[in-house]
Amino acid sequence: MATGVEAWLPFARAAAIGWMPVASCPMPVAPRDNCRRQDELIVLNVSGRRFQTWRTTLDRYPDTLLGSSEKDFFYNEEAKEYFFDRDPDAFRSILNFYRTGKLHYPRHECISAYDEELIFFGIIPEIIGDCCYEEYKDRKRENMERLQDDQEENKDLKLPNMNFRETMWRAFENPHTSTMALVFYYVTGFFIAISVITNVVETVPCGLTATQKDMPCGERYTVAFFCMDTACVMIFTVEYLLRLFAAPSRYRFMRSVMSIIDVVAILPYYIGLVMTNNEDVSGAFVTLRVFRVFRIFKFSRHSQGLRILGYTLKSCASELGFLLFSLTMAIIIFATVMFYAEKGSSSSKFTSIPASFWYTIVTMTTLGYGDMVPKTIAGKIFGSICSLSGVLVIALPVPVIVSNFSRIYHQNQRADKRRAQKKARLARIHLAKSGSANAFLLSKHNGLLSNLLELTSAEADGQKLAKPSSLYESQHHHLLHCLEKTTAHEFVDEQLYEQSCLEAMLQSFPARKPSVSSHEDAATSCCGRRTRRNTPLTHAGSNQHSPLRELSAIHIQCGDRTSHAPSRSNLNLKPTDDLGRIHCKSGRITTAIVSLPTASSLTHDADKLRGPPGRRPPPSSGQPGGGSIQTTTSSANIVKVSAL
Amino acid sequence: MKNKNREQSLSDSRELDGSYDPLTDSEEDDFELSTVCHRPESMDKLQEQTKFTKKELQVLYRGFKNECPSGVVNEDNFKNIYSQFFPQGDSSMYAHFLFEAFDSDKNGSVSFEDFVFGLSIILRGTVNDRLNWAFNLYDLNKDGCITKEEMLDIMKSIYDMMGKYTYPTMQDDAPREHVESFFQKMDRNKDGVVTIEEFIESCKKDENIMQSMQLFDNVI
Repeated sequence: MATGVEAWLPFARAAAIGWMPVASCPMPVAPRDNCRRQDELIVLNVSGRRFQTWRTTLDRYPDTLLGSSEKDFFYNEEAKEYFFDRDPDAFRSILNFYRTGKLHYPRHECISAYDEELIFFGIIPEIIGDCCYEEYKDRKRENMERLQDDQEENKDLKLPNMNFRETMWRAFENPHTSTMALVFYYVTGFFIAISVITNVVETVPCGLTATQKDMPCGERYTVAFFCMDTACVMIFTVEYLLRLFAAPSRYRFMRSVMSIIDVVAILPYYIGLVMTNNEDVSGAFVTLRVFRVFRIFKFSRHSQGLRILGYTLKSCASELGFLLFSLTMAIIIFATVMFYAEKGSSSSKFTSIPASFWYTIVTMTTLGYGDMVPKTIAGKIFGSICSLSGVLVIALPVPVIVSNFSRIYHQNQRADKRRAQKKARLARIHLAKSGSANAFLLSKHNGLLSNLLELTSAEADGQKLAKPSSLYESQHHHLLHCLEKTTAHEFVDEQLYEQSCLEAMLQSFPARKPSVSSHEDAATSCCGRRTRRNTPLTHAGSNQHSPLRELSAIHIQCGDRTSHAPSRSNLNLKPTDDLGRIHCKSGRITTAIVSLPTASSLTHDADKLRGPPGRRPPPSSGQPGGGSIQTTTSSANIVKVSAL
Repeated sequence: MKNKNREQSLSDSRELDGSYDPLTDSEEDDFELSTVCHRPESMDKLQEQTKFTKKELQVLYRGFKNECPSGVVNEDNFKNIYSQFFPQGDSSMYAHFLFEAFDSDKNGSVSFEDFVFGLSIILRGTVNDRLNWAFNLYDLNKDGCITKEEMLDIMKSIYDMMGKYTYPTMQDDAPREHVESFFQKMDRNKDGVVTIEEFIESCKKDENIMQSMQLFDNVI
């Protein structure tokens, strides 16, 4: 049933009285409205601003957030209101939608913010009223174009594994990517210019020769020009072949405009090579030379502006078509009129209607060469009308083309500006990310140290080396730690990684430790464990037999296997299998591992820790079960670590 | 009744001084017609005249005003609203008859008072009132008796609301047959028309009709 007319249902039911006397069979029983809820006022608190409305108003649209039971999730018991932590300004238009049934788009609002609000409240934007729909669509389209520009720039990012062919293609498409590409770019540009200038200079008369004839330079220095031409064509051919080789889709490349221009530019030369012998077709060969001028279009690869112009013309195809059509119409009309008007006068140049076309075109474009002028009075009158209308007909479609060009051009400008901004933005993001990664590694290190210190000293005095400040951070770090445990690898920073890579190349791999199976067991159980809040470590520290542990077991085993990657917490001793297995049965997780140290080993470990991180700790094998040392690899905050 | 009908006042002024500027006034005319608004009487008066409580009147008025902010419903609007409840069929004819029945002062629009009076009779009236109202609905030319043609029109409009997709398939002469049976039942003296007395009498004798009249007790 349509929304908004719910209030009229009682009326519709009352109107059914007209059917009763006519009905021949009894009516069905009416549903009883047992919970006769009086219409009540609902308070909607949106970021402090209170809106109030009737419940039935909201019930009008049951498939939105406010109209369905979904709003119960936001109900605040103490204040007896619904609280939404959203923008109150945008909420106004949303609430008005319920009241009036029409959704309006406030013009000052940002389109993506508004869209988000709509999605949050479960309203589809298609029901925006006609009054605001155009504006909404325009803004949305602009935004999409902007986003598209951003996406296209993402293609510039260097993919880590590009083979030679892809690198070459990228070099061709974006000359800024490497020096070679830039060199290639400039070289081809230079040769295009040379080729064009050669074509032009060829036809200039070069001065008198022995035969007293003014020859064009091309005929005088045939060999020189031929060599130049050959060189250019060779370069172009090589370029074309290289592009063809590097193109990801050769078929599509061959169909593209630029490659067709390339082909057309170099083909005349080859045809000329083949055909020089045959004198009959040399005339045709000469005309082929005209196509050499297409080489100038190769510049469009080098010039953004040219490309924009081409794109504009393509997008204004309909306007251009209209211009052409209306011009043709006008030309035919005026040519006919002029012909008949000038028919009477003698020695008139207007010999036929097609002959008058020339006059009409020259007049309409306000050129006025003067080679054909009307002589009769009627002719002059119509001629003046022709020139006046010419101005109008041409002036009409031009602004459309101009505005299109301007829009596309500005879009490009915006894209360039955004590219520059993006670099700065990416740098900032990178900084933030590395900062966060470093924070994790640092806190791990600190946690480890403070853990050891706690165990050595009875109470943890203020040696809480730079504890992470918030619960959020500690939880985040715990999460990262769990990931480490899951994959049995560790996060390290870049220098360490590079160092370890170097070391790997220099050193041989250590002997593999056995007990892979227990590692796998522990790993699976680690992953499959349920999460639960855990006790603080001090608590855990006290009951060291308690089942808190041991991801470090896996960790250490893996640490052994990958021990060429020195990490701070790699205290390469491993516990026995049964210890690991016992603890895995428990349901609690922490990443804090309690160690049962013996004094000597502990100091040994601590020493190791204080040493330079680059030093590879010596692997040790097969410790007796009871005295096994486990390393403590705790995540950030020792006191409060919450399980995943 | 506070009827701010500016159209009326404009035409008065025109007659008074004869200064009618067709250029500007005609535009004003169009403008004025669309801003006719109507304010109902006070709630107390309405409460006296109808059998609704204050709260019910409030609810009714809010719904009414929401759909028709200008305070009156014209026939198109009325048909539109009514058709929302019958998506399959064509309820325009029946809505037209209803409109005629509700529009007691015959001014082409149903104001809130008309609306509420009608509803009060149907929902809170006695059986006699209701039957009277129904008779009024059927009697298209308000001459006090229902002819077969009038009844046929009504019947057709009711059947139109069903639409095409019914089971069993709608026969073309179904309304006519129904009218025949209706007259069979109602027309005591077989004179081809049903008067108000015949109507009420026959209805009272019919169990089904009496029972269905009870339906309206709990609509609001």
